[in-house]
Amino acid sequence: MADVSQLEKLATQVRRDILRMVHAVNSGHPGGSLGCTEYLVALYNGVMKHNPKNFTMDGKGEDLFFLSNGHISPVFYSVLARCGYFPVEELKTFRKLNSRLQGHPTTHEHLPGVRIASGSLGQGMSVAIGAALAKKLNNDHSIIYSLHGDGELQEGQIWEAAIYAAANKVDTYIATIDYNGRQIDGDVENVLSLGNLKAKFEAFGWQVVETNEGNTMAAVIEGLNKAKTFIGKGKPIVNIMKTEMGAGVDFMMGTHKWHGSAPNDDQLQKALDQLVGNESDY
Amino acid sequence: MKKYTYTEKKDTRSGFGAGLSELGNSNPNVVALCADLTGSLKMDAFQKEQPDRFFQVGIAEANMIGIAAGLTIGGKIPFTGTFANFSTGRVYDQIRQSIAYSGKNVKICASHAGLTLGEDGATHQILEDIGLMKMLPHMCVINPCDYNQTKAATIAIADYKGPVYLRFGRPTVPNFTPADQKFEIGKAVMLNEGTDVTIIATGHMVWKAIEAGEKLAEQGISAEIINIHTIKPLDDAAILKSLAKTKCVVTAEEHQMNGGLGDSVAQLLSRNTPAPQEFVAVNDSFGESGTPDELMTKYGLDTINIIEAVNKVIKRK
Repeated sequence: MADVSQLEKLATQVRRDILRMVHAVNSGHPGGSLGCTEYLVALYNGVMKHNPKNFTMDGKGEDLFFLSNGHISPVFYSVLARCGYFPVEELKTFRKLNSRLQGHPTTHEHLPGVRIASGSLGQGMSVAIGAALAKKLNNDHSIIYSLHGDGELQEGQIWEAAIYAAANKVDTYIATIDYNGRQIDGDVENVLSLGNLKAKFEAFGWQVVETNEGNTMAAVIEGLNKAKTFIGKGKPIVNIMKTEMGAGVDFMMGTHKWHGSAPNDDQLQKALDQLVGNESDY
Repeated sequence: MKKYTYTEKKDTRSGFGAGLSELGNSNPNVVALCADLTGSLKMDAFQKEQPDRFFQVGIAEANMIGIAAGLTIGGKIPFTGTFANFSTGRVYDQIRQSIAYSGKNVKICASHAGLTLGEDGATHQILEDIGLMKMLPHMCVINPCDYNQTKAATIAIADYKGPVYLRFGRPTVPNFTPADQKFEIGKAVMLNEGTDVTIIATGHMVWKAIEAGEKLAEQGISAEIINIHTIKPLDDAAILKSLAKTKCVVTAEEHQMNGGLGDSVAQLLSRNTPAPQEFVAVNDSFGESGTPDELMTKYGLDTINIIEAVNKVIKRK
């Protein structure tokens, strides 16, 4: 695993990618993407066992990741490209005609690294469970990961899946919740409160791990490593990860405004000025 | 008119159960999922024989579809089972995104389709499922006519790579297709060659089309009867060839007129050789409680309705 400072530098680059991608097409979802940058950078650069150079749909012997909240595709694409699934240059095709980088991720255009279409929310947990069951049948002891928005938990299918995973002891699976408290129409608390999320998952029979600083690289790695210690212990695992929507760009934080809007030229420059390091922009 | 006989009436769902059980023994990648209707779907044999490859998901169809999509990642061939209503309308977005758009090799197997579900009434009698499924890009839609054909179709779709919707039902119907008849996806089955009219039927309506053909022969009308078990991809060549000869067609299906087999045939003909067509189908209506036979009569899906449609369409030539 790369050291934390290297991963932090990569996270800065990923954030630059996210902003430049959504700015170029004046659309997309920067807020949640920025908030989940540490998680995806950590996952794909040390936490997960995977093979970017030789992508196969079945991923035999590899850990698998499913992005259920597909709208944060910018961070997913940037992280996939920067660990070698496809050329970084291709990020400039995001949301453009004839691109493999669709607005929401899809297998339809055969982009390496993507194993399911997502965008319509609430479906990824079921898919992840299915993949975990297939691994078990194949005697493949790899881990399945998934990421979900907190607003996404308002979808009923999530709770169908949560009941199933606990009842059937799907214990090779770590779901992470991007617990940023915001959704398109405002604060989750006001739109449709989730109540006590930790207690809910515990009541559903899940092992809960909390990552309280989801935008601190070391804390994210620690949270995932802690979650891994519960693999094979008879319960599905959920990592409730507190993040800040828009993290890394001061004027994008503390609001839901940047959930689904792109920065203009001035705003992009202001944002990029805050994200400096060893830039290698595409 | 070629003579068709049968020794017994059997339900198509039992053909599915028998086919699935056979697949369980012959194909180790086949897995099955059911949403609390194992007995109704006749999946008990597979469940008993392959306990590690059977997944009871409870009354949670959306989750079942997602899990099935996930199981394909790792090479499994999932067969999901529940009523047609809960296999399609209830989970349309899950099928659309996680299976069809994602190109997953899932077989959506749906029993109790149409009016012949009977007494449970309209909440369960889906008559829109063929339309819903055939609209999805690259979804294969199959509606076999009897026990033997349903069993053969179940076995055949395991070897087909891609999503399939397999529709069957609850009532017992004459089991007349040969047990050893090979099931070819997308290939129409010619049941009777005729010259005056083409009757294209699917599912439970196929036997009624044969009955109609016999009565029409007594009236001196020569009906060509085609069993379309695969609604998508449709056997365009077989239909166009028949219409070149008969110049008119009656379609018969246990489904809404909108969106069903008849629509697909009309679209094919209008693009090639337009011809008079009559539709034996449910006309923009929900069903209701009743016995299967009573319902088929009330909603115009009987042998007599096919005969009337034939007489009408021939006059329009």
